[in-house]
Order: sequence, then structure tokens, then C-alpha cells
Amino acid sequence: MPILSLQSVSKSFGALTVTDDVSFDLAKGEALGIIGPNGAGKSTLFNLIAGNLRPDRGRVMLDGTDITADSAMRRCASGIGRSFQIPQPFGHLTVYENLLVAARFGGAIAAPDAPGHCMDILHRTGLAAVAEKKSGGLPLLQRKRLELARAMATAPRLILLDEIAGGLTEGECHELVATIRQIHAEGTAIIWIEHVLHALNAVVSRLMVLNFGKMLMIGAPDAVMASQEVREIYLGIEA
Amino acid sequence: MANLSFPSPRVLPALIGLLALAALMAVPAIAPRAVTQDLFGILTLLVLAMNWNMLAGFAGLVSVGQQAFVGIGAYVMFAAVILWGLDPLVGVLLGGLAAMAFAVPMAFFAFRLNGAYFAIGTWVVADIARLLAGQWKALGGGTGTSLPKGTTKDMFGVPLAKDLLHVSSAAAADAVTYWLALALALVMLVASYRFLRSRSGLGMQAIRDNEQAARSVGVDPLRLKALVFLLTAFGTGLCGALIFIQITRVTPDAAFSVQDWTAFVIFVVVIGGIGTLPGPIVGVIVFYLLQRLLADYGTVYLIVLGALGIVVMLFARSGLWGRFSALTGIDPFPLSHRPPAPLRVTASKASLI
Repeated sequence: MPILSLQSVSKSFGALTVTDDVSFDLAKGEALGIIGPNGAGKSTLFNLIAGNLRPDRGRVMLDGTDITADSAMRRCASGIGRSFQIPQPFGHLTVYENLLVAARFGGAIAAPDAPGHCMDILHRTGLAAVAEKKSGGLPLLQRKRLELARAMATAPRLILLDEIAGGLTEGECHELVATIRQIHAEGTAIIWIEHVLHALNAVVSRLMVLNFGKMLMIGAPDAVMASQEVREIYLGIEA
Repeated sequence: MANLSFPSPRVLPALIGLLALAALMAVPAIAPRAVTQDLFGILTLLVLAMNWNMLAGFAGLVSVGQQAFVGIGAYVMFAAVILWGLDPLVGVLLGGLAAMAFAVPMAFFAFRLNGAYFAIGTWVVADIARLLAGQWKALGGGTGTSLPKGTTKDMFGVPLAKDLLHVSSAAAADAVTYWLALALALVMLVASYRFLRSRSGLGMQAIRDNEQAARSVGVDPLRLKALVFLLTAFGTGLCGALIFIQITRVTPDAAFSVQDWTAFVIFVVVIGGIGTLPGPIVGVIVFYLLQRLLADYGTVYLIVLGALGIVVMLFARSGLWGRFSALTGIDPFPLSHRPPAPLRVTASKASLI
């Protein structure tokens, strides 16, 4: 049984259809990449999966259970962790406390185990040095790392990563890929929206292309990237 | 390391706190009655401020309708005494419970609104409550009513205080209400601290900072906000009822005054330091001193209050206490959760590898 299954999911804002009849299955522990031009509906798709938005039509299934009506809070408790494309830290709380909230609530981790759990993630994401800093004062790159760390702290079985590699140096990008591969190796399913293709392709086994809310293609990264249609739309290469 | 070289930042405030508490408890026995009455005013304002600080400073619920709970607490206390023949202190408890009960439908409407709309919405609901209180004919309608003479003479605890302090019944009643206000302030302070340090308190601060993100990490905003809204309504209602035992006369305009029970309270919290526990204490002291200094100047007093509020909001957004705490590092009520000591981290990491 797939961990996640979207069945003909659609969402419109007024006359604008941002998600148009999207269906796909994600196997347990699979890593899927999503690419597409700006405004293709990538982040909206995440909002539909994580429960921040409800679809107008279609169903979202987690482990074969219909979770379409579940709130974001319920879905987090069921094992879906997410990051936000525009970082949304709890600004008055420290970096450590940001993780602690996620661990204690979404992760349902008991009080004695939570500090170790959080510190471990802070070390893995390179945030241990700023653990006691107020998250509102962090520079953008660290805020993005905090998005990843906080999602990890909810102890998810499926993690949704929304453009966390942009703006990194070569070395930082390498570290990030290593961290995400490790999360993957621990059995967590991943859906990763990313423009930095070499980072994405170092992790995912399948790639989905979104354009105007429609799923244009899904398959092995090589095959997808080789497709003429994808090259035209996404990379802007003329036929 | 700072802790090793300076143990005083932790011990000294505790010592000062205990001494202050002992002195405050002794006030009715050693100070003139006017001092007890003044301090009663300060303590009740402090309780209102601590409640509003929990709402606005920690839960992000900027209510401008807290006068609803003060008024309902006051009116139900009067009803308990005048209509149902109960002890005023039972009336205080009923007043608090009635305020909490009113908070349920109020939350039902107000929680559909956010930010400024929530503020206006709570104000509107409070004004509706004021108009309804004016329709309560048995309690004097729009002109209000007074507590029967001698009500507080037989109030629970007053005969005892009278014997203990060797004073008139009126002074003994002042002492009893004063001690209750002190107890209320103390309970509020301890309960706030413990709540904020708990899992729920952490979740609530996450909601305040970003509700959308809080939901996405599994926090239930509605449940926590409703919990805080109801509990602070209870505290505010208790305090309102207590205040009106002292005032002994209730009218809709006085009991549901947005200026007395919300605007001044907001000023106190903002000046002292919103979102900090000692903030309201500092704020209430500053407010009282200003009131004393400017008592003879009428309107100028309000202009100065407003100007000071604006200056603090512009240049010291964390309030006087926030600034002081940031500069000195002193914080008698540390709310932050510290990461475990580095040693433990290395140990757990090593065992993982």
C-alpha cells in the first residue's frame, strides 16, 4: 500500500485552477522530486497534502485512509511533516524551542526524550550553535534550515520539503543533500520541491513535473529531464 | 558559567520577592487604612493586567473587551448579595464563573476574527453586555444600585479580621478584600509561570508567533486559545467582583468601562513589558506613581499616559522590564526552555553512533 495517494485532486482560487486533477501514489520510504516553473502550483500541492488547504475535488489518502477532511494538525500527528517555502519560524521562541514545540506536539515525544531528540536534529542540520538564539533574528539561510529541522522534529513518516536548497553554496548544498539522504535512509518518505536540480537528483528516485496545476509527467529523473516537452516548459529550451 | 560566578541573579530576586510578599501581607496590620485601599487598587489592576498579558502577550489574543468580564463579575456578585442573599465572597466566586460562562459564546463569535478585527469584535461584545446589564431592572437598570449598608460587615472572614487587627468592621472588610486581591495576584503569577513553562504554554506561544506553522507542527490553536480565553475570563471576573465589593456601587457604565478595565490595563502591560511575567508588575508601579504625580492635572494626566505609551511602543517595544532584563540579564521568571547541557548531547550522540 502506498504511504500517500492523491486521487484526482483539484483546487481553484476563483477562476484560477492551481491544482488540476492531480493523481499519484508515493510508496513507503520513496523520495519524489517536484519541479515546475514558478506559479505551477507546487506549493499549493503541498498545502493540499499537509492540510493547510482543502481540495475542491478529489481525495488525499494516507496509508489507505482518507484524510481529505483532516486538519493540518491531525495530519501532522498522523505523520506528515512539512517545511514552508517562505520560512515561518516561531519568532519569539529560540531555535531549540521551535523544535521542542514540534517534537512535543506533532511528534508526540515524551518530555524526557524530547530534548535529546531535538538536539540530535539540531546537530544534523548544523543549527546546534544557534540553538539558544531567538529564531526571529536568524538570517534567511538558517531560517530555511530551521524549516527542515522543525519538520524533522515532528518525527514524520512523510516529509514535505519546499525549496530548501536555494541560495546555498556548493559545500552547504552538499551537506544538505547528505542530511536529506540520511533522513531517507532512515525510512522516511520524501517529497521535495526544488529548483536546484543536481541536489534534487542526488536524492529522488522519481521526478514529477507540474505546469499550470497539471501533472505533466512523472517518472525516472533521467527520462523526465530528457523529455522534449519538459525541456521546453521548464528549462525554456526551444524545440 | 555566568551562573557559577553570580549565584545572586537567581537567589536575590527570590529573597526580594519573599520579603516583599511578607511586607504586603502585613500591610493591613501596620499601615493606615488608606494605604491598604491604595494597594488594593494596585493589586487588582495588577491581576487584570496579568490576565490581559496572558491573552495578548502570550496567546496573541489582543482583547479590548475585558471590561465585559469585570462588569459581569461585578453584576453577578451584586445579584448574589442583593437578590439571592449570599455572602459577597460567594458572589465573587459566582461572578468569576459567570464571566467564564459568558466567555464561551463570546469566544464563539470573536474567534472567527483575527488581529484588529478580534480587538474590535471583543469590544463590541463587551458593549452589548453593558447594554444588557442596563436592562437588569432588579439591579437598578441603567442607574445601577448599591450594596446594602453593612453588607461587608458580616462578610466571610471580616469578624475574624476585626478581632485579629482590632479595627472597625469597615477596616476589617478592607483588609479581607486586600488579602484576597494579594492572593489572587500571587496565584495568577504562579499559575501563569507554571502554565507558560508547560507543554501547553509552549504551544500557545507558538500559536501567538505563527498560527499556520503551529498547526503544521501539530498544535491545536482553537483548544489552547479557548482554554486561555476562558481561564483569563474567570480571573478577570473574580477580580472585577472583588473590585466592586470595595466600590460598593455598580452602574453599567462603571462596571463595563473600557477605559478603566481595559485601556489602563493595556497601558500597564505595554509600559511594563508585554509578553514578560514581571512586566505587569513594573507597569502597575509606574502607572500608580504617574497617577499620584499627575492627580491634580486632570486631562493632562491622560495625555501624559498616552504619550508615554507611544514612546515605549516606539523605542522600547519590550517595555521597561524587557529593556531592563535585556541589559542586565536578570530574569526571575525564566520562561525559555534551555537545551540540555553539552555533555549530555555528546553522550547521546556517541551512543547513537
